[in-house]
Parts: sequence; structure tokens; C-alpha cells
Amino acid sequence: MGELKLMKGNEALAEAAIRYGADAYFGYPITPQSEVIEYLSEQNPYERTGMVVLQAESELAAINMVYGAGASGKRVMTSSSSPGVCLKQEGLAYIAGAEVPCVFADVVRGGPGLGTIQPSQADYFQNTKGGGNGDYRNIVLAPASVQEMCDFVALGFDLAFKYRMAACILSDGAIGQMMEKVVLPDQKPRMTDEEIKAKYPWAINGRKNGTQHRIITSLDLDSAKMEEHNIHLQKKYKEIEEKEVRYEMINCDDAEYVFVAYGSSARIAQKSVQLGREAGLKVGLLRPITLWPYPTKAIDALIKKGVKGFLSVELSCGQMIEDVRLACNGRVKAEHFGRVGGIIHTPEEVLEAMKKQIIGE
Amino acid sequence: MTVQDIIKPENLVYQKSKLLTNKPFHYCPGCGHGTVHRIIAEVLEELGVGDKTIGVSPVGCAVMAYDYFDVDFAEAAHGRAPAVATGIKRVWPDKVVFSYQGDGDLAAIGTCETIHTCNRGENITMIFVNNGIYGMTGGQMAPTTLEGMKTATTPYGRKATLPAGAGFDGIPNNGYPLHITELIARLPGTKYVTRQAVYDPAHVRNAKKAIRKAFENQINGKSGVNFVEIVSNCNSNWKMEPVAANKWLVENMLPEYPLGDIKVDGKLVEK
Amino acid sequence: MTEEIIIAGFGGQGVLSMGKILAYSGIMEGKEVSWMPSYGPEMRGGTANVTVIVSDERVCSPIINAFDTAVILNQQSLDKFESKVKPGGYLLYDPNGITKKPTRKDIHIYTIEGAQLASDMGNSKVFNMIILGAFLKLRPIIDDKNVEEGLRHSLPERAHKLIPLNMEAVKVGKDNVKQA
Repeated sequence: MGELKLMKGNEALAEAAIRYGADAYFGYPITPQSEVIEYLSEQNPYERTGMVVLQAESELAAINMVYGAGASGKRVMTSSSSPGVCLKQEGLAYIAGAEVPCVFADVVRGGPGLGTIQPSQADYFQNTKGGGNGDYRNIVLAPASVQEMCDFVALGFDLAFKYRMAACILSDGAIGQMMEKVVLPDQKPRMTDEEIKAKYPWAINGRKNGTQHRIITSLDLDSAKMEEHNIHLQKKYKEIEEKEVRYEMINCDDAEYVFVAYGSSARIAQKSVQLGREAGLKVGLLRPITLWPYPTKAIDALIKKGVKGFLSVELSCGQMIEDVRLACNGRVKAEHFGRVGGIIHTPEEVLEAMKKQIIGE
Repeated sequence: MTVQDIIKPENLVYQKSKLLTNKPFHYCPGCGHGTVHRIIAEVLEELGVGDKTIGVSPVGCAVMAYDYFDVDFAEAAHGRAPAVATGIKRVWPDKVVFSYQGDGDLAAIGTCETIHTCNRGENITMIFVNNGIYGMTGGQMAPTTLEGMKTATTPYGRKATLPAGAGFDGIPNNGYPLHITELIARLPGTKYVTRQAVYDPAHVRNAKKAIRKAFENQINGKSGVNFVEIVSNCNSNWKMEPVAANKWLVENMLPEYPLGDIKVDGKLVEK
Repeated sequence: MTEEIIIAGFGGQGVLSMGKILAYSGIMEGKEVSWMPSYGPEMRGGTANVTVIVSDERVCSPIINAFDTAVILNQQSLDKFESKVKPGGYLLYDPNGITKKPTRKDIHIYTIEGAQLASDMGNSKVFNMIILGAFLKLRPIIDDKNVEEGLRHSLPERAHKLIPLNMEAVKVGKDNVKQA
């Protein structure tokens, strides 16, 4: 067992990156995720492992530094919060097009615009449906605890390099700011330059003895080639949809009504399940861990098992509900409940919403 | 004498750099980009760093520079080449990293990245090709467009302020030609800052020397941006014959953007 | 068992670190814990507060609106949080600087002269540990030996020599808490 610590979600994310053997972090301060770059700066990772940490002049610059370093085969991370992630969308579209692996975290705050610094889950669309231009996807992981903030760094890097794309850790102000106990993994060594060159022949880090040069680009003016490239990307996304869906089911075996919630909302809905069960209601919780790819088949299976309705619980005005409804395809009732503006729903009001909107009094 | 006699190795007086691919340039005949590409490739070949060089191309006419240089290359988003180059150089400090940008890319949309990369003193080489106009998008005003110069978006000539008459004179309009090179030369993070041209053989030789110095500094140093501006032409969008464009460059661009070293070994050159 | 606590006062009184020591001690006791500070502009202007939850089960939301216990260290925080204590809950405050006393009748109200006792001990820095001691007297959710372990984990190595002094302060707090 690794080291047990009490840490903030943002700190756990940063420490996990060092311990995973990440090569670089490029970021820009924004509440409520500034602890990531503060923690990294305080830890002197350059001395600990050789990891580069740089405060960029903007989120735009930070994501483009990620693009450059990721294109060269190194393990690179950035993080921001909602309005900052908007600025990163330019780079994320290029990263998708040029197939550059990287990990980025969005510690979500309320919007639109400058919004509020309090927790929110209103960046679901921004991260799962794109945000930049073109037909692309990012893998989106939704941690529901400080432990998962830590664990999903390794998972994110593994998936990012397996599929050569960006992996997003979609957190929120509550998970980022809170301290919980976390078991930290052991320190992994950073990959050597030779290992990187051998493992990632696509990476631009200097040709080998006059061999053909490598190019990292999202551009091709030849329409036929660009179509082929898009088809290649879609094939990759299809494979991910087949293989990488992750979710957790709680009390779903005999459930008639199911809450669907991720991240901090899932923690609250879990309590609502407990309260509901105590009141004799057959309720369960489906917690998507990957928001893209979405656990559509899990919802389908629940319907086939007899679930009569779903309540999508989100700290937003209703974003994930669209994916829940797509999965239900009109077969059963699916509604949304959520508080916004930095207010976090209570387990009681979530259960009440289930009774009112789905079960019917 | 047959062709076979002529192409004997002992008759060779000039050849294309081995660090240029066989792909034909898409640049307009008379454009300076081809010459700048050639001398960069020659310098990299002479320095023997082809296997350790990583280039970053811009958005603009040189967007596909990666097709022409036979070295590893990344294509950056508009204006972000210095950030991309920073990312690469920070994780591969022993590689030779350069960015290649035009005036719209480096001095308009990418001004922030340009200034901060220079101010951090990244140990990279930045090549800035300034022809006073947006080439790829079809000849719109650039930050470096001269006052009075006609472009697609300044069809009556760039005017820093609105002209006299109708009571509008003095109201801000297109602003002034931006001297980004003088600006970044003032930053402590820049080591070598120079302005060159490639409109005739003598200036090509000077420009090549400057580019060589800009790469040697990077190879021998640990920090400091080495920045080479090339005042170039855009005969297509200037709507001139190539020869006329070069003459116009000498008569109009050079008075605004005078050639020569601006900063050497971290010290501003006294004029 | 679930104990939901708000600790609120001035920045510099050790509010956040007291919360952290309490949370670490909870972990040592084998409990689930969460520690959630106020952040952003809310922490400007000199006030600081932190919500600590110690529970036998996984904590659901780290942000809550009603508390089992409020530990109050200045007037602003008393004004803000007195109404947020659940009926039957506890309010513990340091009367130093309090001009408008709490008035609720449906909660248990206690005082601890933290600032005065710390001054008597000759070390103003143990103030927050005196407060923690008073809290633990009222709400004995964590054993002293686990508080000591919690201190060991939350303090940097170089400060470990101060653990006996801090534990002494906890005892002083326990001995001096008074019903208001």
C-alpha cells in the first residue's frame, strides 16, 4: 500500500502527475484550481524527477506548450477552470487533429462567462461534445473523490498515449478544493529519451540518422486525404466507445428508478439512494466514470432489466440529461434535476426530485 | 558535351541543401520564403544538426514549411509557434528548436506568445518574415503594413488616424506599423536580434550569416531568444512584378524597417 | 456517526490548520473525513472558514448549509453562522472580541477563553489547539492519541518537537470550556 495522506483534490492531481513520471506541466492560475501549479512549484519536481513546470502567459500559450511537448513524445499535463478551458479549446482541436497525447484537467466553476468561482458541472458540453472546431472527441474522466483525482492522472496518461489524443479529467470546485484521505502511488521513473524514441516513432524529437522526417500537423489541403484522416479518427473513437467505457453501479440490481450522476453529484446521489432505500423505494445510482465514451449500453441494460425511469442529477441546468435521453430513446422517463450558481443540492432534495419528477406521488 | 559530362561531380558549383525535401515550393515566384527556407536549411546542414532539429511552422503562407524541410516539424496554431517551440525546447533542451512565422502570425495574433517567449529567454531561434501584409488570406492589412499602403482591408491606404475632412481627422483608425523587433530587443530575455533582407545576393549572404549566428548561439548557449527578422516581399498581394516588388521594398519597407543588428550578445547595438 | 463542523474566524488564527489537524486526526481514528475551505474573494477581507466532516461512512457533499457544531472565533463569523447550527447542535466561541453574544435557545452554547489561555501559556500559536481541545471535550469524537497522530501527519517534520506543547494546549482547552 502506498502513502496515506490528507490532501486537496488539486494537490492530489499534481502529486499524482509527479509520481506518474510526467515530463512537464504548463498552466496558468485560475480559481478554483490554482493549487495545482502552486503545489507543483512548491514541490520542485525538476529536482525530484526532472519534471518541467512552467507558468505560461495564458491558457492559450499553456495548451500550445502542451501541444509542442506532447508532439515530441513527452508526458505533458495542463489544468484550468471553465473560462480558462474555453481558451484551451483552440489548442485542443489542434491536439485532436494532429493526434497529440496529453492530459488536461478542468476544475469546473459556474458560468457562463466569468460566472462564479463556486463548484459547478456546467462544462459537460464543453468537454464531452467538443468545444473546438471539427469532428473530434476527448476522453473524459469524471473523478468523484480526491482519490480518483489522483488515480485518473495515470489512467488519463495511459489512455492518452494508447489512443494518441487528449484525456480530460473533468472535476469541479468541490472535488478540487476539498481535502480527503488519499493513498498515493509509488514514484515511477520518467521515461528516458531513448525509451520515448523507441516507443513513439511518430514523435518529433529529431530524426534518427538521417531517416525521413516526422511531421505533426492537423492540416491537409488535399480533401481526399483529409477525409481519410477524419475516417481514421472516427474509427479510433469507435474503438474507444467499444473498449473504454467505465462506470459504477450502486444498488442497481433490483432498482426500479435510477439516479444518473457523476463527480460530486454522484456522492450526493449515493446518499439519496440510501435515504430512498430506507424509505422503501427501489432506487439505485449509475455513476458514469467516463463521460465520453458514455455508458449508453449500461442505461440500455438497466431498461431491459426493468428500470422505469432515470433522474440525471447535475450541478447544471441540464447537460448530461441529453445523453441519458439518447440512451433511453424515449422508452422510459428521463428527467433532469440540479442546482446551479455554486449551490450544491442536498441528498434530501435530490430524492424529493426523484419522487416528484420520475416516480410520481 | 553531353548532359552526362555536365553533371559530373567535379563540375558541381551549387546544390540544393540535403535538408530540403524534393517537394516543390508552393510559394509564388519571386517570394522571399523560398530563399529564407534555403538558407536556414543550408545553415542547419553546415552545422550538422539535421538530426537534432525540430522546426515549428506558423499559420500563413509558410504553414507547410514542414513539407520542405527534411527535419522533424510541428505545425502550430495561428500565432502560437513560440509557445509550441517553448514546449518542445523545455522537454528536449539539447535539441535545436526554431519557429518560423510571418508578420500577422508573430506580431498580431501571436504578440502575447512572442513577447513572453522572448521575455522568458527561451533558448530557441525565431525566424520572422515581415512583408507588411497577410499573404495567405489574400492581402489584408498586417500590423507591419506601412502607412498609406493599400491592402484588401485598407483599400485607400493604411491610415493611422482618420484623414482630415468631415471633422473626423485625428480619430484613431488603423494605427501605426508595429516595430515588434525593436520592441523585443529591449527585453532582457533576447540574446541576438537582427533585421535582414533577401532581395539580392549580398543581402542573402548577410541574412545567412545572421541565421547562422542565431543557431550557433542556441547550440552554444543555455538561454536567450535569437531572433532574425527578414524584411521580405509579397509581389502577389502587393500586385507587382517580382523585380518591381523588390525595388519597392528597398524604397519603402527599408526606410521604415532599417536593416542591421539591433542586439548582439545581449547588448543593444549603438546607432 | 457523522459530525459536521464549521470553524470560522480571522485569517491568521489557525482556522484552516485546526481543521486540517482535526481531519487528519479523524483519519487516524479510522473515520472518513472531508475538509473544505472557503476560497476566492470570500477569503479576502480577513475572514477564513473551513467545513470539516468526520463520519463513519463516505462523506457525500463536502459543502453543507447546516452544522452539528460551529466553532466561532470572531464576531463576523458568529453573525454569519449562529443561525446555521442545527437545532440541538453546539456553538463554541471565544468571547474575546465578541460584543453581540449568541441568543439562540435551541442549541448548546459554550465558551472557551482561547486567546487568554494561549497568552497564559506564553505562546499565542497554540491558540487553535486550545480551541480544538475545547471542541473535543464537547464532541469527544476522536481519541487523544489519534489527535497526536494527526498532529504528526499535518505538521512538517521540523515542527514535531512542538507536539507535546500542542497536546498540552488541547488539555488546557478541555479543562477550560464553559457553558455560556
